[in-house]
Amino acid sequence: MIELRDAPFEPYAELVRYQAQTLGQTGKYGATCAFVGTMRDFNEGDAVRAMTLEHYAGMTERHLERIVTEAGRRWDFLDVLLIHRIGEIFPDQPIVLVAVWSSHRGAAFDACRYVMEELKHRAPFWKKEVLANGERWVEKNTQGY
Amino acid sequence: MSIKVRYFASLREKMGRVEESLAPEGIDTVADIWKVVDEGQPLPEHILCAVNMEYADPATPVRDGDEVAFFPPVTGG
Repeated sequence: MIELRDAPFEPYAELVRYQAQTLGQTGKYGATCAFVGTMRDFNEGDAVRAMTLEHYAGMTERHLERIVTEAGRRWDFLDVLLIHRIGEIFPDQPIVLVAVWSSHRGAAFDACRYVMEELKHRAPFWKKEVLANGERWVEKNTQGY
Repeated sequence: MSIKVRYFASLREKMGRVEESLAPEGIDTVADIWKVVDEGQPLPEHILCAVNMEYADPATPVRDGDEVAFFPPVTGG
């Protein structure tokens, strides 16, 4: 399941709820790998007070779906839960959750890393930081998986 | 019909607009659109583009009814 959220979420509660209520597959998964990205209160040597995450409605969802589909062609996993924040975010709030359930740990570790790295590389999201003396856009992209 | 052009993030602020509509006459590629919206300037190297929500490049063909977007490097996660 892939979801964009415009309000704070609790990734660990989401994991428990998804595994209990949506995942099914009891007895089939032996490995769950979860990555949680949380907002820092510093970046590039400056204190950051808040951040706004902009996205391109439609293109963002399409590319997240595609990244998960690509991961599914490379690794044998049972399910993925991907939740990403949009809107205004404050330090210590989670930005992203990527969780992968699989029979064995290799696929869970690798697919989780793949989804996260490719998301950062090509899913259309943009961060604008609020500093003590103004605002600035984050402009640094990272290489994919 | 027309071609819908959208801008995101820092580029949206620089352009001073969220979106606009262009008449399709004389427009064959993404690069042609940029020339119209930025007074003949070439598309800056770091700016990304998409046609109908798929990543594209300056040479990608554009047709009447398409949605074309320009934006800076993405920074999610």
